[in-house]
This record gives sequence, structure tokens and C-alpha cells, in this order.
Amino acid sequence: MSEPAPATNYLNWNYSIRSWLLTTDHKRIGLLYLMGVTFFFAIGGLMASLFRMELATPAGNLVTADTYNKLFTLHGVVMIFFFLVPSVPGVLGNFVLPIMIGAKDVAFPRLNLASWYVYIIGGCITLYVAVTGGLDTGWTFYTPYSSTYANTKVITAALGVFITGFSSILTGLNFIVTTHKLRAPGMTWMRLPLFVWAIYATSLIMVLATPVLAITIALIAIERATGIGIFDPAIGGDPVLFQHMFWFYSHPAVYIMILPSMGVMSELIACFCRRRIFGYSFVAASSLAIAIIGFFVWGHHLFVSTQSPYAGMVFSFLSFLVAIPSAVKAFNWTATMYKSSVSWQTPMVYAMGFMGLFLIGGLTGLFLANLAVDIHLHDTYFVVAHFHYIMVGGALMGYLGGLHYWWPKITGKLYPEWWGKFSALTVFIGFNLTFMPQFVLGFMGMPRRYYSYPVEWQALNVLSSAGATILGVGYLIPMIYLIWSLKNGKPAPANPWGAKGLEWTTPSPPPMHNFEQTPIVTEEAYAYGNEGHGHG
Amino acid sequence: MNKLFNFFPESASTVAGPLDSLIWFLIGLTIFFTLGIGLTCIYFAVRYRRRHVDEQPVQIEGNLKLEMLWTIIPLIIALGTFYWGTRMFLGMITRPPDAVPIYVVGKQWMWKIQHPDGRREINQFHIPIGTKFQLIMTSEDVIHSFYIPAFRVKMDVVPGRYSTIWFEATKEGVYHLFCTQYCGTSHSAMVGKVIVMSPAAYEEWLAGQSVGRKETMVEAGTRLFTERACVTCHDGRTGAQGPLMRGVFGKPVELSNGQVVVADESYVRESILKPQAKLVKGFQPVMPTFAGQLNEEQILQLIAYIRSIQSAEGTTGGQTK
Repeated sequence: MSEPAPATNYLNWNYSIRSWLLTTDHKRIGLLYLMGVTFFFAIGGLMASLFRMELATPAGNLVTADTYNKLFTLHGVVMIFFFLVPSVPGVLGNFVLPIMIGAKDVAFPRLNLASWYVYIIGGCITLYVAVTGGLDTGWTFYTPYSSTYANTKVITAALGVFITGFSSILTGLNFIVTTHKLRAPGMTWMRLPLFVWAIYATSLIMVLATPVLAITIALIAIERATGIGIFDPAIGGDPVLFQHMFWFYSHPAVYIMILPSMGVMSELIACFCRRRIFGYSFVAASSLAIAIIGFFVWGHHLFVSTQSPYAGMVFSFLSFLVAIPSAVKAFNWTATMYKSSVSWQTPMVYAMGFMGLFLIGGLTGLFLANLAVDIHLHDTYFVVAHFHYIMVGGALMGYLGGLHYWWPKITGKLYPEWWGKFSALTVFIGFNLTFMPQFVLGFMGMPRRYYSYPVEWQALNVLSSAGATILGVGYLIPMIYLIWSLKNGKPAPANPWGAKGLEWTTPSPPPMHNFEQTPIVTEEAYAYGNEGHGHG
Repeated sequence: MNKLFNFFPESASTVAGPLDSLIWFLIGLTIFFTLGIGLTCIYFAVRYRRRHVDEQPVQIEGNLKLEMLWTIIPLIIALGTFYWGTRMFLGMITRPPDAVPIYVVGKQWMWKIQHPDGRREINQFHIPIGTKFQLIMTSEDVIHSFYIPAFRVKMDVVPGRYSTIWFEATKEGVYHLFCTQYCGTSHSAMVGKVIVMSPAAYEEWLAGQSVGRKETMVEAGTRLFTERACVTCHDGRTGAQGPLMRGVFGKPVELSNGQVVVADESYVRESILKPQAKLVKGFQPVMPTFAGQLNEEQILQLIAYIRSIQSAEGTTGGQTK
């Protein structure tokens, strides 16, 4: 594996701007996504730091109430639609999925580029909204507030979200077809890396759920623009109908965000334990189970919405069920480490962080799936803490872990290992300090989306804001040393981690068409150890 | 300082205690599994750390028995928790027959509370311990949510429909009342105080409030019933064009399409605003709409009146089923 890298690769064959903006190479498109999601992550993070500063004191004093409402709204919109949803699939999925299955590219390369442009257009519209009046409906757009009462740019923002949804749909479609049609000879379904399984399950959700979001958002714009009664009861609509439609997308969307990171986790644990993932088929099947059951739990967001209590019971039951496949994954990852060979390199430190945070995030979900307990905790900071543990503690940790894992492959450079571990630890500590107090605040009864709050909760809020500062630093450090490594990093060998998987058999960075010859796959994924130790 | 670091919410209603037991069980479960799996991972990571670069661990395929074990045990725990929570939930939402009705209207950005005797409060809510109250709530504009953390009760307050909660306070004190459904600029100012008093202090408070008191809910409803000429069609005279209101509330009503609905708050409200939506069998669609002519509070007063005449003369004195 240590043959010198060939002179031309996907990065250096052409340096022109045009060759980047018109590229149909999945690897370059992955990097375009990397720039996009990093930019939007910075914007969303900036908004969070502003409102965490505001919340350091009980009374509103740093910004006005309206500004505060716009900050948390755009934080949610930007982070969810423009960072979390496209992050792992757009960046890592685009870059490694085709290589992992031994393909030259995705099935529809031009459509892939179109996805990115659609995403950027949606993002630009959202930025336009942010600088010309903002949006104050919450990312949830609840009616009739959004459709009748809000005085901010609801229709324009809806357009931005509507458009960017198509980026998800096109990307999902591309990955589904790619996985079905472009696998290398010998790459059977049960030999697929678990990351591919996870992205495949995610793509199914993207294709099936995102159109419902588009419809819902379009209906709000129609009601707002024309006064046709759809959601506002004053003109004959049903406001709770909106919540059903919105969560029919937005709950599965949680799995769009977390499943890909679970896939990354499987790759990291296998590589840094030099071990086939324990119970491979159960881990693969659990991704599909999550994707399917995840479609039938949306009503747990409506336990106190006047939804029928009988519907509530069914949704509660199904929400408990969806916890099981996640638990199965966690147990299998743990079992993979048993009697393995664990190497504490940066991606593994991120993976361990993911494990801890995801466990807390998942288990606190049981509180909210529970009808009686949710009555008390619904719409409090407990919910905020819970979903940040899943989306930031889980999804973002997985994304950063994956980025560090594949960074040598993507750029052909190594980053400083010490700084990598340091940043992972900083993120872990900062994250817990930010969000653990929010569980307590929610348990005490502090409602979310509050600009001012009773004085007795100041200590916990100050703790949370202080944690957010550490968390912010934790995100800045990798941004600095990863950029630094582009110029100054040591050159990466083809397989710096001693990992299995087709992406490590090609040079770093890979040539334009990934492989000199189409690879032929003769073994299962993660065939560490003895040659010929086949699938039983 | 003591107050700054108090991590336990007040527990001041009959449901708070049992609910907290369930919450503590879940907290225990979370800690057990997080530490259990987390520490196991750390132990493995240290115990089986890579000792030299070329180390190759033995490969383990998987284990069906283990897979079954860690699917079924979490499933049992999940179903047990589901059962516990759902049973409690049913108790929390089933209105006790002796609950005193109180009417709540939410609007951007205040809570308007009307007691049965007509007293109104804004963002303040006085109640005695030991009495069950049922809140019948609606909104004049967007969705709000009525939340008293110390009572562990919360319910969305939705325009165009009624939602209800009930509670019984058990501990004197002053507690927070919050709006928990984001409702615009001053969402976080849509807060109030719940003042829970001893029955004696409550009586005293009531007496002090009597000066300048207006008519009760039922009195206001009775007046409206006559003023708006509801009485013309709905008092049961022969040849009347509308159904008799006496004794109707809470009972099943057969509609012209054969459907049967229960005449609850939402049904009465809908019939006032959209009379043709659910027409009672045997009557013509002749009633005009009162949409735009009655505000939410007046509709609630009419409901209070119709509710009050359910067991008066003409029906048996006892509570109907």
C-alpha cells in the first residue's frame, strides 16, 4: 500500500475555478458540500453564541425579544436544513460511498452537481431572509402563527426550505440508484460497508419524506399569500393538521441526521479495533428498521396538541419500539471492542464521544416517548437538551469523526494527531457542560424559546452559556489545524490507519476515476485478521 | 444561594408525586445504561489497547443468543415503561366528575381566567388546595400552551377548539404559570402566577373580591341566551325551530345524517359559530351563524349556562351518566 502516489489526482488535474464549479466528480462535489456546510455551520453557531450570551442573564438585555426570536429560528433552520441534513451524506457520502462500493462515480453525476446548486440556491435565499428582516416562527413554522400572525419573511424563508428540500431528494435518489447499480463485481449486499447501509437507509427517508415537507411548506405560503383557509381556524383551517404534516417529515428527518453518523461510527469502530463489526447483519438491519419505524412515530410531538389520546397511545408505543434498533447498534459496537485491538487515534476518540453522548440522547428520548412524562417535559429545555444530544452529540460528533477519518484520503495530508485528540476532548467537555444543565432546567419547568426567564434559573443558564464557549473553541480548533494541514501536513499514505475497505486501496488523494482498474471484491467488509476467515 | 442551586421542581398537585416516581425511574435507567455501556467501552478500550502496530485480534463473527438478549431485554423495559406511563396518562386526562369548571382564554400575550362565579383574573390564578378544577381552554389567536410545572400539567390552547386539563393542588404556595408554545414576540412574557391557598384563606380572598363583582358565568350566559334571542328557538316551546337546550349538555345527540355526537363544549361552540355543520335530526338548517358576533368569553358563558341547566327541573336530580 505504500507505492508513491501518482502525479495526477482528482485535486491537481485542473486548478481552474471552472473545473470546480462545473465538476461532475463526486469527490469534488463532496468538497463543494464541505465548503457549504462549514459556512452554514459557522453562521448557525454564531447565532447560537449570540442567544446563549443573551441567556446569561434572566432579563432580556443584549438583543430585543424580536431579535432573539429570529436568532433561535434561523439557528434551527440553518443548522437543520443547511448543515445537519446535508453534512454526512453530502460531504462524506458523496466522497466515499462510490469508492467504497468500487464505482467510478455516482449513478447520475450531473444530477449530483445539480443537488449542490439547488442546496446553495436554497441557502442563499435563507441568507437573504436573515439579512433583510429575518424569520421568527421557530424552525417548526407552527400555524396559525406562521401562516397568519408572523410579520417576518415567512414566504421567502419557506421558499428557501422548499428549494433545498429538492437537493435532499436528488441526493437520496442518486445514492439509492448508485448502491443498487454500481457495486463492483463481488460487492454483494452483505459485503457492503455499514456506512453504505446507513446512507442507503437515509436516502430512502430523504426520497419518501422530503416531498411531504415541500407540500406542507407550500401550503403555508399559499395560505399566507391568498388567504385560503388550510391551517388557520379563523378561515376554516385546522392548525393541528399542520403539525401532523410537518412532523411526518421532521421526525424521520431526525433519522436523516443521525443514521449517517451511525454508519460512520461502524466504520470507525471496525477500523480502530481491527475487528469485523460484531453482528454485522443486525447492525445493517437495524438501520433499515429505524428508517421504517421512524415513519410511524411523528405523533409523539403532538401529545399535548389536542391530538386524540388513543392516537397518542399508539405513537407512544411505536416510539418505544424505535428505540430498540438503536440500542442494538450500541450493544454491537460495544461487543466489537471486546478482545479487539483498540487504537486511540483521533477518529476513535470522536467515536467514543459519540457513544457517550448518543446513549444519553437516546435514553432521554424514553422520557419524551412516555405519555405521562412528556406532559411535564414537552416544550421545555429538557427537549432542547435531548435533541442536541442526538443531533450535536450524535450526528455532529459522527460527522467530525468521519471527517478526521477520511481527511487523509480526501486531502492526501495528515493532521496533527495531538490537536485532533485535544479538540475531540474539548468538544466532549464543552458539549456536556452546555447541555447537561438544560436537562435540569427542563425538569424544573423552564420552557424553551424563552427570551427572559425567572431568576432562580440563572446559575444553570450561566453554566450552559459557559459550556457553549468551550464548545465553540472545540469547533474552531479543528477548523484551524485541518486548514493548516492542507499546506503543512505530512503526506498521507494510501492507508494511514491500516483499515479495510476499497477506499483505502486507492492512493490518497484518489485519482480522477478512483481506481486504475475496477476492483473485484472477494471478501466481506472488515475482513481484518486471518485471510480466508469468511462469512459463516 | 440555596434557591440558585435547587434542582428539584416544586411538587404541588396530586399527580406530581406519582409522576416524579416514574421520572426518577427513567433517570435511574438512563444512568444505569449510560454508565454501564460507557464504562464497558472504556474498560475494553484500555484492557484491549493496541500494544504493537501489527497486532491482529481474533475475529468474532457475532452471537445470535446475545443479539436476542439485547433485543428482548430493552424491549421488555420499554414496554413496561410504556405501560406505566400510559396508565398514568389516562388518569391525568380523565376528568373527575366533581371537578369545578374554570374557563381560560389565551391571547397574545396574556392568560384570561374566568371563575364560575364570574370573577376574572389576568395572569393570576387563585385556587384552594383540596378542590379539583377542570380548565376549559381556548385561544383567540395563535396556539398557546398552558403549563404549571409544579402541578406537572400542560396542554396546548388552540384557536377554534377547546382543550381541557384538570388538577388538584396539594400544597400552598405561589407557582409559575407559563406559555410553552411559542407564540410570537412576547412569548416569554406570557407568564403568570398560580396562588394556591388554604380553603380558609381562599374563602377570605373570595370575600375580599366580592366588592364590585359582576354577574357569574351562568348569569352572564343566561342574559346572553335571552339577549341574543337563543331563547326564541331553544327553550322547548311547541313549534320551536331549534332543539331544547335543557338537559342536552354531555349527552349523545343524533344528527340529521344519522351520526351520533356528544354535546360537549366543542360541539356547542361549533353549533353557535357554524350551525349547519352538525344539524340535529328533525330540524331545518335555519339558524344564522354567530361567528364574529360573540367573542370567545361570551361563548364560554353560554356554554356555562347550557351546562348549568342539564340537571335542573324536568330531569332527575342526580348526576346523569
